[in-house]
Amino acid sequence: MFDKKEIEEIQATREKWENEKLQKSLAREKERKEVFTSISGTPIERLYTPLETAELHYNEKLGFPGDYPFTRGVQPTMYRGRFWTMRQYAGFGSARESNERYRYLLDQGQTGLSVAFDLPTQAGYDSDHPLSMGEVGKVGVAVDYIGDMRLLLKDIPLDKVTTSMTINAPATVLLAMYLAIADEQGVSYDKLGGTVQNDILKEITVRGQYIYPPVPSMRLTVDLIEYCFKNVPKWNSISISGYHIREAGSTAAQEAAFTIADGIAYVQACIDRGLDVDKFAPRLSFFFNAFTNVLEETAKFRAARRYWAKVMKERFGAKDPRSMMLRFHVQTGGVTLTAQQPLNNIVRVGLQAYAAALGGCQSLHTNSYDEALCLPTQQAVTVALRTQQMVAEESGATDTIDPLAGSYYVEDLTDKIEAQIDAYIQKIDHMGGTLAAIEQAFIQQEIQQSAYRYQKEIESKERVYVGINKYTMEDEPLKNLLRVDMKVGEAEASKLKEMRVRRDGARWEKALQNLRQVTLSDQNVMPAVIEAVKADATIGEICDVWRAIYGEYKPKQFF
Amino acid sequence: MERERKIRIVLAKPGLDGHDRGAKLLARIFMEAGMEVIYTGLRQTPEMIVETALQEDADVIGLSSLSGVHNYFFPRVMELLHTKDMKDVIVVGGGIIPSEDIPQLKEAGIAGIFGPGTPTGDIVQFIRTHARQRN
Repeated sequence: MFDKKEIEEIQATREKWENEKLQKSLAREKERKEVFTSISGTPIERLYTPLETAELHYNEKLGFPGDYPFTRGVQPTMYRGRFWTMRQYAGFGSARESNERYRYLLDQGQTGLSVAFDLPTQAGYDSDHPLSMGEVGKVGVAVDYIGDMRLLLKDIPLDKVTTSMTINAPATVLLAMYLAIADEQGVSYDKLGGTVQNDILKEITVRGQYIYPPVPSMRLTVDLIEYCFKNVPKWNSISISGYHIREAGSTAAQEAAFTIADGIAYVQACIDRGLDVDKFAPRLSFFFNAFTNVLEETAKFRAARRYWAKVMKERFGAKDPRSMMLRFHVQTGGVTLTAQQPLNNIVRVGLQAYAAALGGCQSLHTNSYDEALCLPTQQAVTVALRTQQMVAEESGATDTIDPLAGSYYVEDLTDKIEAQIDAYIQKIDHMGGTLAAIEQAFIQQEIQQSAYRYQKEIESKERVYVGINKYTMEDEPLKNLLRVDMKVGEAEASKLKEMRVRRDGARWEKALQNLRQVTLSDQNVMPAVIEAVKADATIGEICDVWRAIYGEYKPKQFF
Repeated sequence: MERERKIRIVLAKPGLDGHDRGAKLLARIFMEAGMEVIYTGLRQTPEMIVETALQEDADVIGLSSLSGVHNYFFPRVMELLHTKDMKDVIVVGGGIIPSEDIPQLKEAGIAGIFGPGTPTGDIVQFIRTHARQRN
């Protein structure tokens, strides 16, 4: 970015500055720490100058927004065109209660829905299954069969909102229910927009909501991706998620690296199925975390975008630029929230949302300040939504594209994170790919080691965590926390019992039998799943068909 | 002199909650503190947890829950311990647990509740002080 003569001049000035001014200042007063490091363990220099970015080839490494390698963003106008989609993840209790929360959020200016399902739904169990005891409606909404989906989406026009569903192992079932409701509303599939998470690999490594072993799980994943690009063209058929990798304790660089490793595995699986990369890749989407270190997070988003573009172009031979774009949702860091002095979390979320904006996200969920204590209350959700509205409309971060580009520090950090991603991808390739690296517990152990190191840094006070290891105080417990009644479980179970008596038994049995046959063939399961949900088959019944065929995943335990 | 028996602790994730960062971290910390740790993994029913504690001759059960089911699961584990005459096994819990729930959990017999941000050293110390003493 600078010519040789300028670099030499800067070098000379820098040496003079170091020898004279800096040395004197350090002799007077030492710096706060011997070594400064980012959360990813990258050493941070005192000062960044053009000397660090002298090798930066602008067109090759940064380019222009909407152009390869997309370092500066995936659209030509970014937030000068329109803001990211403001999408608060919500859902609790019954479908009726969740529907009320969604309609409230839409009234408050939210622009997309994000459905949280309860754990039984995520694990493919009905509300009356023994393992569902105590869990029904707790961390999300209970959806057992199409009737619940009908209530959940009541009076929400599916051709006007986009819906993100955090569902993985049984993603095909929930998408089938959504499509069936679209049929009832008379909305054609090409008008539907939204996302299913459908990312089973991170369930196996870090999030724990798996059902089947990795290989058959990948079959269901690819079936959904294939069905969507053929029938629901605007639907994001997977959201390859680093969010939970980070929550489990990874560094920023590991989050990007392991997410991209998972992404490579999915693309390879689709190609192995015989799908054309430029047909399905434009509908792949990503989901990242944002922690409080604004500069490191921004660099992470930029590095991930650049690296993914290279992977798609060079490794997979994509030709369509849309196949190379890393489009992503961000959720602010749940694990950074403290139960102590909870109002401090509002500020953390503000900084994290700012990082997401500077990093060029396509949609954003901002956490509520009370989430280290309970599910968010309406008041806390409103503050969280207002936070991202302020970042969008008051902070100025959205007035120009990729505003931190050209910062000597941020460009250097972007390069360093990209190099860390590359080192991991090479290592994982060497191990035989992502599934092999998961099987050998390499990815899981790397994450756990980082979680352990972070905990030690907090406890030794090497890293400050306000309200936890510094500036602590006794605080009054928050009052009026949101609670889900245990009765939700009983109500759901009895509703289910009635439905099972009421439904057309012959149609139901035929649909499940057909699903069984299709699963054993090499046909795509989606049409059979849609037929089954329309025949009032429950999520547990459908997942049991596959449990009988595939068995269940049992992870090895290590720590 | 007879060597003191190591404290044996069963760490468990009751219910369907998949958040195991805390449980795995503590497993390692307890091990480094000289305890013997049995980690059950995810998706445990109270019956499974108590059975493991019985088989493993545990002194302590540690329950981790971040999905809001503690008011159901923790007392249920206590009940089962009573019916199996394992009253000297102490039970501690952690996770996302509102402070207003702590009194009723203690009343049910949970010895200690450790919320987010608790220094791990405090938990180790608590267990050393409260676990049954045996040789």
